[in-house]
Amino acid sequence: MQDINDKPLLVLEGIEKSFGALKVLKGCSLSVSASETVVVIGPSGSGKSTLLRCMNLLEPIDNGVILFEDREISGERNDKHVVRKQIGMVFQGFELFQHLSAVENIMLAPVKVLGMSRADAHDIAVGLLRKVHIPDKAGAFPDELSGGQQQRVAIARALAMKPKVMLYDEPTSALDPEMIREVLDVMAELSAEGMTSVVVTHEIGFARSAANRIVFMDGGEIVENKFTEEFFSGAVGGRARRFLDQILH
Amino acid sequence: MSLELVLEYMVSPAFVEGALMTLLLTLCSIVCGVAVGLVIALLQDTKTKIGQALTTLYLWLFRGTPVLFQIIFIYNVLPSFGIRLSAFVSGVLALSLNEGAYMAEIVRSGLQAVKTGQRVAGLALGMTRGQVLRFIVIPQAARIVLPPMGNQLIGMLKLSALVSVIAVQDLLLVANQIASANFRYFEALTAAGIYYLAMTTVFMMLQMALERALDPKARRKTRKWTLTQRLLSVSNEVATR
Ligand SMILES: Nc1ncnc2c1ncn2[C@@H]1O[C@H](COP(=O)(O)OP(=O)(O)OP(=O)(O)O)[C@@H](O)[C@H]1O
Ligand SMILES: [Mg+2]
Repeated sequence: MQDINDKPLLVLEGIEKSFGALKVLKGCSLSVSASETVVVIGPSGSGKSTLLRCMNLLEPIDNGVILFEDREISGERNDKHVVRKQIGMVFQGFELFQHLSAVENIMLAPVKVLGMSRADAHDIAVGLLRKVHIPDKAGAFPDELSGGQQQRVAIARALAMKPKVMLYDEPTSALDPEMIREVLDVMAELSAEGMTSVVVTHEIGFARSAANRIVFMDGGEIVENKFTEEFFSGAVGGRARRFLDQILH
Repeated sequence: MSLELVLEYMVSPAFVEGALMTLLLTLCSIVCGVAVGLVIALLQDTKTKIGQALTTLYLWLFRGTPVLFQIIFIYNVLPSFGIRLSAFVSGVLALSLNEGAYMAEIVRSGLQAVKTGQRVAGLALGMTRGQVLRFIVIPQAARIVLPPMGNQLIGMLKLSALVSVIAVQDLLLVANQIASANFRYFEALTAAGIYYLAMTTVFMMLQMALERALDPKARRKTRKWTLTQRLLSVSNEVATR
């Protein structure tokens, strides 16, 4: 596993978030260092997706502070897009743009958001498709790709913005079992290269092998936040142990 | 009926100008109508109270009264408020405002067909809301709204004949004026009818070509040309522009 910088890249402090009367995040604090891979696990409805969406300001928070590279971003009103340029996100449902081919999906944001030339963006896109192991699918449209291929294009699309951190929200949950591996492999390679990542997943195998730290959420709280070895050696409380027992058996 | 006279009418400057006027009226009104519809649809989607109230009032007014009434109202009543518009501008204004009330529904169905996940993905890439609308939502919605919009365009061509009541020299008024001079109604109206049919046919063909062009995969594959495309002889390349 790579060395981890102690410098925190993304810091959440006391994040609270309600949807109407439902309190979904009850004061979550988490610090993600540069080059670190943090896996977030927890039962359905525990607030994992919401926490992730707060990190790139897709979800406004009610209370708390979010720091990105030591700068508070949680107060951002009109410049949310500037923050999001630097944070990549991958969704359970892939969300490739249906009207664009794989390579155009990857090129869109660099061209329109960063103002890159189409030629440069194309070179980057082709390189990224090679990186996610589908160099021959540049011209394919989303509906001509398998789920696993679509998700890898989606990862490439996020990487094209040269983000400082990647957020994955259950990237393999919508995939057939035989395609899960190919996506997790790409993610693990990125993590090994030092890409800071926060991954919400139920893939315990991935968590064991690729994560530096495991965060366990339950009922809107971060219940455990431990180094991977520590977490899996059983040094966890009852709620986490029960959850692990459930998904491992 | 004298076919010669029909032909003579068709190539006469008055008829050609009338047909061009009808075409101009139609195109101006449909373009403005789409713009009005887009504004209303976006206002409705903001889900603010004021936005809802405004759009509801608008739809109520423009769907609840005849277009003919709206044309006459704008042409005859606005001047008493000091707003003086030419007959042509009044006609375009009335037709577009009326069209917008119907176009809004079409635009909305298109916008809603683009799932929120697509917008979120755009936002997550650092796009502004405007960029998401322009590069992600509208291109995808366009493919859905194009067929109904094509129908609206053809409807507008026919609706435009109503502006003859405020003396815009459109195809119908010209035909009517010429015919009433010598009572050759059959010939004059046949000539006008041929123009109308020719224009609607061209619109339909354009619509088909455009639908194909907006199909992203069509840009890449060279499929067999359909009869319409042969008739139009538009290549893929031209159609995409
Ligand atoms: N936009 C929303 N409006 C209202 N309630 C919401 C919204 N988004 C999430 N919730 C609720 O917040 C709670 C936490 O949701 P969240 O999606 O963060 O959970 P999760 O841990 O990601 O669950 P899962 O494993 O099922 O994806 C759930 O009870 C959910 O119903
Ligand atoms: Mg979730």
